Amino acid sequence: MISADVLSIIFAGLMGLSVIVYAILDGYDLGVGIVLPINTNAETERDTMIASIGPFWDANETWLVLAVGLLLVAFPAANALILTKLYLPVALMLIGLILRGVAFDFRAKAAIAHKLAWDRVFKMGSILTALTQGYMLGQYVMSFEQSLSSFLFCSLSALGVTAAYSYIGSTWLIMKTEGELQKRSIRWARLSGRASFIGVLTVSLINPLVNPSVFDRWFQFPLMMFVLLIPILCFLAFLFNEILLARLPKPNDRHCWLPFMMVTLIFIMCFSALAFSFFPDIVPNKLTIWEAASAPESLMFILWGALFVVPVILVYTAFSYKVFHGKATELRYY
Amino acid sequence: MLDTLILSRVQFALNISFHILFPTISIALCWFVLFFKIRFDQTQNPVWMRAYRFWVKILALTFALGIVSGVTMSFQFGSNWPGFMEKVGNIAGPLLGYEVLTAFFLEATFLGIMLFGIHRVPSKMHTFSAFMVAVGTTLSAFWILALDSWMQTPSGFEIQNGVVHASNWWAIIFNPSFPYRMTHMLIASGLTTAFLIAGISAYRIQQGDAKHAPQLALKTGLIVAALLAPVQVFIGDLHGLNTFEHQPQKVAAMEGVWHTESGAPLLLFAVPDESQKTNHLEVGIPNLASLILTHDLNGEIKGLSEFDSEPPPVAPIFYAFRLMIAIGVLMWASAWLACYQLYRHKTLPKRTVKWLNWMTFSGWFATLAGWYVTEMGRQPWLVNGLLSTQEAVTTVPPSHVGLSLLMYGLVYAILLVAYIHTLRLMARRSTQIEEYETPNTPSSSDPVFSTAPGASV
Ligand code: HDD
Ligand code: HEM
Ligand code: HEM
Repeated sequence: MISADVLSIIFAGLMGLSVIVYAILDGYDLGVGIVLPINTNAETERDTMIASIGPFWDANETWLVLAVGLLLVAFPAANALILTKLYLPVALMLIGLILRGVAFDFRAKAAIAHKLAWDRVFKMGSILTALTQGYMLGQYVMSFEQSLSSFLFCSLSALGVTAAYSYIGSTWLIMKTEGELQKRSIRWARLSGRASFIGVLTVSLINPLVNPSVFDRWFQFPLMMFVLLIPILCFLAFLFNEILLARLPKPNDRHCWLPFMMVTLIFIMCFSALAFSFFPDIVPNKLTIWEAASAPESLMFILWGALFVVPVILVYTAFSYKVFHGKATELRYY
Repeated sequence: MLDTLILSRVQFALNISFHILFPTISIALCWFVLFFKIRFDQTQNPVWMRAYRFWVKILALTFALGIVSGVTMSFQFGSNWPGFMEKVGNIAGPLLGYEVLTAFFLEATFLGIMLFGIHRVPSKMHTFSAFMVAVGTTLSAFWILALDSWMQTPSGFEIQNGVVHASNWWAIIFNPSFPYRMTHMLIASGLTTAFLIAGISAYRIQQGDAKHAPQLALKTGLIVAALLAPVQVFIGDLHGLNTFEHQPQKVAAMEGVWHTESGAPLLLFAVPDESQKTNHLEVGIPNLASLILTHDLNGEIKGLSEFDSEPPPVAPIFYAFRLMIAIGVLMWASAWLACYQLYRHKTLPKRTVKWLNWMTFSGWFATLAGWYVTEMGRQPWLVNGLLSTQEAVTTVPPSHVGLSLLMYGLVYAILLVAYIHTLRLMARRSTQIEEYETPNTPSSSDPVFSTAPGASV
């Protein structure tokens, strides 16, 4: 039997894993929605863009359900605290997710005359989801403080996350498309990359200023030498992409997958930095993972299942990406 | 004044009622679609492929609506019912967790391959994906119904420091009402979908679609309905007996028994009156309720006045129960009549076709009515005998809950109209498609998404 303390750490790890996987995977498909051009003559572009995420978005979103599920299962007290504090933003995010999820299907099945309208709903839903998620991230960092400065910070974080999702979404498109659309995606990626850079920079500057404990943690010799790798790697990835994007597309479409990998690296680094700042608090300055955990026998019951099921999930997810490998083509049900 | 409790209850009821509409269809539709695909694999008859193509599109749309409303559901526990997880989280958590791990990922991932991968994987692999999707949806029903049944008839737990701890997982999952609820719900799903398929096909035939595929689908739907309808009545009866044993108060409300009676009549109609604790305008069959529930003409049924806790709302439960049974009987009659006509005359008379079109969404009404009986009959408890609804509710101010309720209500209303409208539109559109195309050559008439010329493999 594993001790309760260790179980809490394992489950915090699992939850962190599903949050970051969610941010990357749903990040790219939300990003595609955010950059979707909605002028009347871009219909074929929209079709290809949406086709590139068609087989994946459902499974991507399931990582969110898993993250909330794990929070609910392993840390019910934190779940209650976070979801009641963020009641309205969560409701708005859900509306966003609902709108884009259904627009995706309706656009192909409704009357031709309504297709553009559903595409607009798809874009609006994606933007709403990204903005509210960023806003909630800000609130989380600010320990749900309600003040003008907190509001400004959260708005900034909302824009930052929206930019980051557009960034990963456009690099996904660079990988999955070709020709004119690929060139446009490169332009989108350069713009949103710069915006994300500013966002990441400001958030990482403000975070240690408002949370003194975070400051102490980062600027502590000799640990500092080691953890400073995180921002350095992150910066290098931004820089590398900036240079690379200027040279794309290359002959034979070489390196079209690299920008996406770089952005994935950036996401992982940013997430690690946040985790490092707050561990072992699950709600910053309010609740640690040990205070919030549920009974060990219930956690063990799930852990056994998870150890068996998660590898299987990874295998068939990999299989699905293999099946739909390559440039996006028309989506057909037969 | 509207308080957080009332608003949260209305919001939960709205969300789950909207959600359940779509799983009810997709659980069984997955198996129907798999059946069409397997028949095609076996016979290579393109008609099966046409039936597959048409219904897989409807499945995709239904799934999308089920998923987005389900994601909403999973946030509601923390945001509106924090007391629920605090008290019974040790039980509810793992069951929900297993649903996500074993069911949601499975169906979501293989759905992608099933819908869009037919040219990218071998036909066998494609059929296998369709099978995995069907297994996934049924598994998800398994876990969530285990949880719901546990809330009705809790077992296999102990209480330490006021919090529920699991002591026997087998007893928790296979709690007394679970086998009945699971069977009853799966058949409800089968019936709802069978009538949906029959109804939409009937609509296509009415619109002048003389092709073979809708007729085949109509026949499949009718045969399944004719087989399931009597089974459902039988299972429903067993389900009621089980409820009588474990939740007698709920049965008293379903049957409108205010004061303990021996030889209670089966009320076909009545107007329950909560203030005077009696019924008006009773029309009933003497002694039948006692006979059904106790297998004794003069058996005793305990009345609502005998229970300590306040009674659940009687009138809605009483009416909803009768609505469900009426639809059940109607389904049975319609399915058998139509099957008989098909068998005798090989075609259906116009009137029957019209009637089936009318019955398209009948399953939705019965399913919702059934769930209202089950869930309202549990009040004032959230977990029967352990946790009252009152204790579990959130501290969020009513204005916030009211606002979110308003937003959900608006969005759901629009989506429901769009869904029904789109089903009809798809039916009308398919009427204009040519009969036998070779199954695997793409046609320009009904692509899911049309291509960008530049974007090929
Ligand atoms: C896992 C748990 C669960 C599941 C599977 C369901 N319910 Fe439920 N239901 C609840 C858990 C719950 C609850 C959290 O326990 C509620 C919220 C407030 C309450 O009293 O019970 C509830 C209340 C509730 C109410 C309001 C009753 C009242 O306040 O008087 C309705 C109408 C429904 N539900 C309907 C449904 C439907 C149509 C379902 C079909 C899927 C369903 N429920 C499944
Ligand atoms: C409180 C109750 C419920 C919660 C919290 C809930 C939660 C969810 C969630 C999160 C999803 C989306 C999964 C995904 O991302 O793929 C979902 C879909 C689904 N749910 Fe529920 N659900 C509830 C009630 C039910 C009930 C009672 C049933 C069946 C009897 C059911 C059957 C399904 C099925 C089959 C799906 C797959 C999607 C679809 O078929 O449309 N759910 N549910
Ligand atoms: C005509 C005969 C039927 C009988 C005797 C019957 C009986 C019952 C009973 C007693 C319950 C409540 C159980 C409880 O709360 O503990 C119930 C619930 C329910 N019924 Fe029926 N039913 C019948 C037909 C139908 C039909 C035709 C459908 C749908 C197509 C349906 C769908 C449901 C559903 C979804 C529930 C709620 C889930 C559950 O508790 O199983 N029923 N039924």
